[in-house]
Amino acid sequence: MTASLTDPATIFGLVAAALVGIGLYGLILEPGTVRKLLAFNLLGGGVFLIFGVVAKRGAGAGFPGDPIPQALVITGIVVAFSATALAITLLERIAKEDAAEKEAPSAGKDVSP
Amino acid sequence: MTAFLAFDILLAGLVLFVAIWTIAARESFGALVGFVAYGLLLTLIWVRLSAVDVAMTEAAIGSGVTGVLLLRAGARLREPQDTGARPGKAFRVFVALLCAVVSAGLAVVILTPTSPPPSLAADAAAHLASTGLKNPVNGVLMAYRAMDTFLETVVVLLALFGVWSLTPDRYWGGRPGQPPSTKPDDALVLLARLLPPVGIVIGVYIIWVGADAPGGKFQGATILAAMWILTMMAGLRDAPTISHRRLRSMLLIGPIVFVAVGVAGFWMAGNFLAYPDGLAKPIILVIEAALTLSIAVTLGLLVAGPPERAP
Repeated sequence: MTASLTDPATIFGLVAAALVGIGLYGLILEPGTVRKLLAFNLLGGGVFLIFGVVAKRGAGAGFPGDPIPQALVITGIVVAFSATALAITLLERIAKEDAAEKEAPSAGKDVSP
Repeated sequence: MTAFLAFDILLAGLVLFVAIWTIAARESFGALVGFVAYGLLLTLIWVRLSAVDVAMTEAAIGSGVTGVLLLRAGARLREPQDTGARPGKAFRVFVALLCAVVSAGLAVVILTPTSPPPSLAADAAAHLASTGLKNPVNGVLMAYRAMDTFLETVVVLLALFGVWSLTPDRYWGGRPGQPPSTKPDDALVLLARLLPPVGIVIGVYIIWVGADAPGGKFQGATILAAMWILTMMAGLRDAPTISHRRLRSMLLIGPIVFVAVGVAGFWMAGNFLAYPDGLAKPIILVIEAALTLSIAVTLGLLVAGPPERAP
């Protein structure tokens, strides 16, 4: 069976597939750490949308979509936010350590034997 | 019908454009703004996919609170423009091809759906009445897959512990962020006085209505957290010290109530997180009330970041 190309589930399913590719590209090739984090979240958005397409196609029993994938995505979005918050704090700490090392270049060498 | 199709295609084009912009933008700040726009466009897509609960979560958390968090990072993380060797053109084309293969594979899956489509909607509907809820998504979150929701609230709390553990020793137990400015921004202060009364009512309403209509504790708690963040940003209230006992009990009350109900389920209904017949709705309301408080405080503190001032 092939999907109707004018169906919202198909259109946004293809968008989701493209978003995963775009996010993956950025995650691999972006040199900056914040940009990598953004790319990772773009990729995540694409994956969540695929869940949305599965939910939409699984509509039944009087519901406009299958509630199980939808509930999983809600959990996913909250967990993705928590991970992003932790990642950003780590990046800020790394940036601070880098700046401190630049100011006192010898400080980093003291620890090495 | 054609109007909806045109809207869908326009939306699809816009979201792809914004995604590419986020990757390709020269300035980090531009990329951050692009990402917030991306979240709002995703919200519209969720509405088109008839997933209003998800749309609200995406708007509140995926775009809203993440946006505030990213702007905090953008203001502090001035990344050097040239971070060493950039990958060569041949390598970039190679990576682009590999990513295109991944996308093409997913596209094939999307274009060849199984018939009938896999769905648990009928099973979800069959037992919804016994939970006392009318919103199937909330039924999944609070009854069928309550274990996921419980672990999720623990993950959010663990993320906060992770953020706090990055506090320099001298600031441990102190307050996050800068002290309130002595010269406040008048427009921001006005907004922080006008908006919270309205925002708190809307937040509580969204939590309450979540039992029967799109909404729920995560979406509502995010709005409550946003009101708190706003008053902190405007300098009307200073951030709390993280060693404050009442603050810590507010963080813990949600997961503790949840796990207590879960363990009580062993002797009340025969299994972990099982609800006794007829009492599901009141028990879910108690859990949601406690979780709302914990989630709102945790989200606010995640955005505030680790302590930067001595207690």
